[in-house]
Amino acid sequence: MLNHLRPALTLVVALTVLTGLVYPLTINAVAQAVMPQKANGSLIDRGGTVVGSTLIGQNFTADRYFWPRPSATGPDPYNAAASSGSNLGTTSAKLRDRAAADIARLNGAGMPSPIPADAVTTSGSGLDPHISPAFAEAQVARVAKARGLEPASVASLVKQQIEEPTFGIIGEARVNVLELNLALDALKM
Amino acid sequence: MTTVGWLQISLLFLAVLFVIKPLGLYMARVFSGERTVLSPVLGPIEEGFYRMSGVDPNKEQGWLAYTLAMLAFSLVGFLALYAMLRFQAHLPLNPQGFPAVPADLAFNTAVSFVTNTNWQNYAGETTLSHFSQMAGLTVQNFLSAATGMALAVAFTRALARSKVTTLGNFWVDMVRATLYVLLPLSIVVALAFVAMGLPQTLDASVTARTLEGADQVISLGPVASQEAIKQLGTNGGGFFNVNAAHPFENPTAWSNYLNIFAMLSISAALVYSFGQMVGNRRQGWALISAMAILLIAGVTVTYWAEAQGNPILTALGVDPALGNMEGKEVRFGQAMTALYAAVTTGLSDGGVNGMHGSFTGLGGLVPMFLMQLGEVLPGGVGSGLYGMLVFALLSVFVAGLMVGRTPEFLGKKIEGREMTFAMLAVLILPLVILGFTAISAMLPFAVASIGTAGPHGLSEILYAYTSTAGNNGSAFGGLTGNTPWYNTTLGIAMLLGRFAYVVPVMAIAGSLAAKVKAPASAGTFPTDGPLFVGLLIGIILILGGLQFFPALALGPVVEHLAMLAGQTF
Repeated sequence: MLNHLRPALTLVVALTVLTGLVYPLTINAVAQAVMPQKANGSLIDRGGTVVGSTLIGQNFTADRYFWPRPSATGPDPYNAAASSGSNLGTTSAKLRDRAAADIARLNGAGMPSPIPADAVTTSGSGLDPHISPAFAEAQVARVAKARGLEPASVASLVKQQIEEPTFGIIGEARVNVLELNLALDALKM
Repeated sequence: MTTVGWLQISLLFLAVLFVIKPLGLYMARVFSGERTVLSPVLGPIEEGFYRMSGVDPNKEQGWLAYTLAMLAFSLVGFLALYAMLRFQAHLPLNPQGFPAVPADLAFNTAVSFVTNTNWQNYAGETTLSHFSQMAGLTVQNFLSAATGMALAVAFTRALARSKVTTLGNFWVDMVRATLYVLLPLSIVVALAFVAMGLPQTLDASVTARTLEGADQVISLGPVASQEAIKQLGTNGGGFFNVNAAHPFENPTAWSNYLNIFAMLSISAALVYSFGQMVGNRRQGWALISAMAILLIAGVTVTYWAEAQGNPILTALGVDPALGNMEGKEVRFGQAMTALYAAVTTGLSDGGVNGMHGSFTGLGGLVPMFLMQLGEVLPGGVGSGLYGMLVFALLSVFVAGLMVGRTPEFLGKKIEGREMTFAMLAVLILPLVILGFTAISAMLPFAVASIGTAGPHGLSEILYAYTSTAGNNGSAFGGLTGNTPWYNTTLGIAMLLGRFAYVVPVMAIAGSLAAKVKAPASAGTFPTDGPLFVGLLIGIILILGGLQFFPALALGPVVEHLAMLAGQTF
């Protein structure tokens, strides 16, 4: 065993330098030089202020914005410094009660049942930036009313924002909530 | 289930199928010590490593020396990582100023990465500095994977050679696996990941002002470089708490494809390398077929179960069209989440892109069962191959018993000694998994950790020990694992699952290497045809799976029935 100690020690050190420092720092240098926008988190800048990341969901509660999915992060929803799913099993009473409360809230906001599943379930990350087209369309009437806009113009905006699967196959149809809401604010101006 | 969903799943398997042969041949060259296209660049580095460490690359080791070298390397790697986590506060690249990782959690995490399990009791973005992530976790992502590959190659040589006492040199195999396979592929995949949107920065976070006027702190870091080797080395430990469900680890359907492709490719191709090195490529394909059949069956069951939705929510007025969406991301949907779940557990990857604990009973049973089969579909890089070969030996032995002939595998007689060690190895998993689960289910403070009561609670405990003993690392996350009891016992389960399994396997390799490789005769049972594939699948299900049926019946099966009956806990 002892004669194995020298190679074990030297190779752990040497390979730590190679794979733990040289490798990630080289990738870092190349990424920052060639793809800085993506390497720094795909941030959205509006007039010098970072308003979020196109990849990370953020919380919306006002009637004038499209709402995202519920989020299980703590202490606040969409805490992008501490990702978390609910990890509740399908037979959890907590899950049933939470969904029932969310359904009542959405029904009260003018969204009839059946409710799209993504509207009352938390995502795995708690940071899902997307909602399903069905959930977005179901919110058009509320948003249009809150903003004093024609429902048709809001509906056509939603339609523009739907991202379809690539080649009709890869991925799911989805709407990026932050981008939709930014487009909505731009529409008003 | 939709046609488009199945099309997405099929395309991924096709892509892997195309890469198996070229990558398999390349790795066979690497481990045979031949020159490759990368030799002009990497050769000098490789030689420098040998000189520095006093290793003679031409001197081979017997099975015991090979195994001891592996154990020494793992021990030093463990101590280095443990020390790094404990002294994190005094080390550089700690922009968040994180304190030392507590002793029990540091033990669990260090064991977790050295055994290629990557169970996450830590929450990456709130516990670990960039230095710990890069020089600690990323390094063991490489080294534990390279160790697995080296062991598999040693076992392969035992079957390829005739009447020898040596199996190769551990240091050479491990260094070559890192330099010629894992590192170059990681560079390519990491840069592709950045292009797809994974962050790669030394900044800790950025604060955004949301449209509704709140502050949102967004964690960043060197994510892409770690994610690449996390998948290529079938490690699975994420940069973030929620692993590849996090949009920064897995932002698009394409990055999801690359994630699955990267974790599946090396393990599958290594089986082809095996065929090449033992001089029977058909044998490689036969093993790959058995793996593929079981894996696709797993995807099918999970996809079907999850696409039905949760009837308890449907009764409340939820549209089941999108399926069971709790714990899943909209951008992946049911097909890509089911595929990821089956592949990550058929492999010993353990990364997740949706929360397995929120799957339906049957949907969650599949990932658990695939791990209990021994992580051989196609398993972790290296570890999957030697695990599968143990099942192959058991299969020819059973076939031999049935027809009354001396069993042979690739010209090697399989006798009592090999079978004794094979059974020792195969029995480790049920012993550790069922033993620890039973004990935990009886201890009040261990039961207090469960998240969802009822049958799901038992599933959470069973899944935890299954995942750690199988060196997988995925979880039913409702269980609060970061307690002294679970940090310690899950750590022990990981150690036993890796080392108590591989030592008898290496003893088999030593014993096989010493035997004559006899040419096939008319009486030889062919091990590269469909009959053998069927037999192998049967042996995997019976010897690997059967002992877990009672536990699975009490956990996920009861849960599924309760869900159908609308009962909650």
